[in-house]
Amino acid sequence: MKIAVTSTGKTLDSQVDPRFGRAACFIIIDTDTTDFNAIDNENVAAAGGAGISSAKVVIDAGAQAVLTGNCGPNAERALSAAEIKLYTGVTGTVAEAIELFKSGKLTEAAGPNVQSHFGTGS
Amino acid sequence: MKIAVASGKGGTGKTTIATNLACAVARMGRKVQYLDCDVEEPNGHIFLKPDIKKTQAVTVDVPEVDLKKCTGCGKCGEICQYSAIVHLKENNVLTFEQLCHSCGGCLRVCPADAIKPKPLNIGDIEFGKAGSINFVHGKLRIGNVQTPSLIKEVKKHIEEDCLAILDVPPGTSCPVVEAVKGADFVLLVTEPTPFGLNDLKLAVGLVKEMNLPFAVIINRYGIGNEDVEKYCKVENIEIILKLPDDRRIAEAYSSGQIILDALSQYSEEFSKLYEKIKSIKAGIDDKRRQ
Repeated sequence: MKIAVTSTGKTLDSQVDPRFGRAACFIIIDTDTTDFNAIDNENVAAAGGAGISSAKVVIDAGAQAVLTGNCGPNAERALSAAEIKLYTGVTGTVAEAIELFKSGKLTEAAGPNVQSHFGTGS
Repeated sequence: MKIAVASGKGGTGKTTIATNLACAVARMGRKVQYLDCDVEEPNGHIFLKPDIKKTQAVTVDVPEVDLKKCTGCGKCGEICQYSAIVHLKENNVLTFEQLCHSCGGCLRVCPADAIKPKPLNIGDIEFGKAGSINFVHGKLRIGNVQTPSLIKEVKKHIEEDCLAILDVPPGTSCPVVEAVKGADFVLLVTEPTPFGLNDLKLAVGLVKEMNLPFAVIINRYGIGNEDVEKYCKVENIEIILKLPDDRRIAEAYSSGQIILDALSQYSEEFSKLYEKIKSIKAGIDDKRRQ
């Protein structure tokens, strides 16, 4: 299955980006083959609606789960409507996050864990 | 004539100036209208104590999607600049009403006619009388964020035969631009502190960009330092009024009183303010005619 991990860089040893909507990039990885690609997130500096636009990016990439630090209510609503599983509170490197996911050690988020505009720094 | 009372920094005394100017001019026998455009937190009514006679709800159009008609083309989400409508996959379309700017783009590009406008109630406008002053204010509903849309509606009620005094929200963002747009004169209220000066500079930048005639009022004059005055001198900006840091003004304010009522010695200051605005405005109009 394909999963999306928010990442500060384009490699698997990059740190997980704590923000969903304004993550530096998304690493889309196939957990069966470990093939992955990194998508630069154009919504980093969006005026608003970054979470929703980022949800659209991972939906279009075909991800079935999202691993991130924090996710706000609008992005959560979009991901949930697209039946994408959401895991928040994830830290460490992207590779570590993927291992935790594969070993079933992550717990699915029950909803958004931060308010809107959490990742804007204001 | 439309006078907008604005400030970069919040809490400098916009409402104090706007309400007292309204009262002073009304007492001179002129028809006055006071419009509170600070719709997120209107407070002019605390001082003017109007008798509200009419309330009007304000709505904006947001998209409503008929998913049965949706073909899943995704054009609605592509045109939206605010992610207020997003196509997920197939005919799964979500709307985020609070992000919508009511441009109508999604309705127009939908090839299946699946999107219809739906009214969203964003707030109310109340109308009343405060003595001889015609009172209007907008009240944004809690949880709504379409501030400029409501301000625009409030301003539709400006009466041309009155001196219209607009109480503007603080800052220099979209609601301020909407509120000062079309004003004949802008009063920028500041305080003589580093914060006051910093935000005054931003506000001056805004009114200059919008090409609006303006002057500065220094409130709580006597505190802080002289940097605001120095700045105005260098920039050739007129300081039209200095209201002193008078404890009795603060006391009147904190009990919801008009300064003119509590401290009659300030009546003349506000009458003079109006006369000065008129003469500056006349000078500008003369220059423009030449």
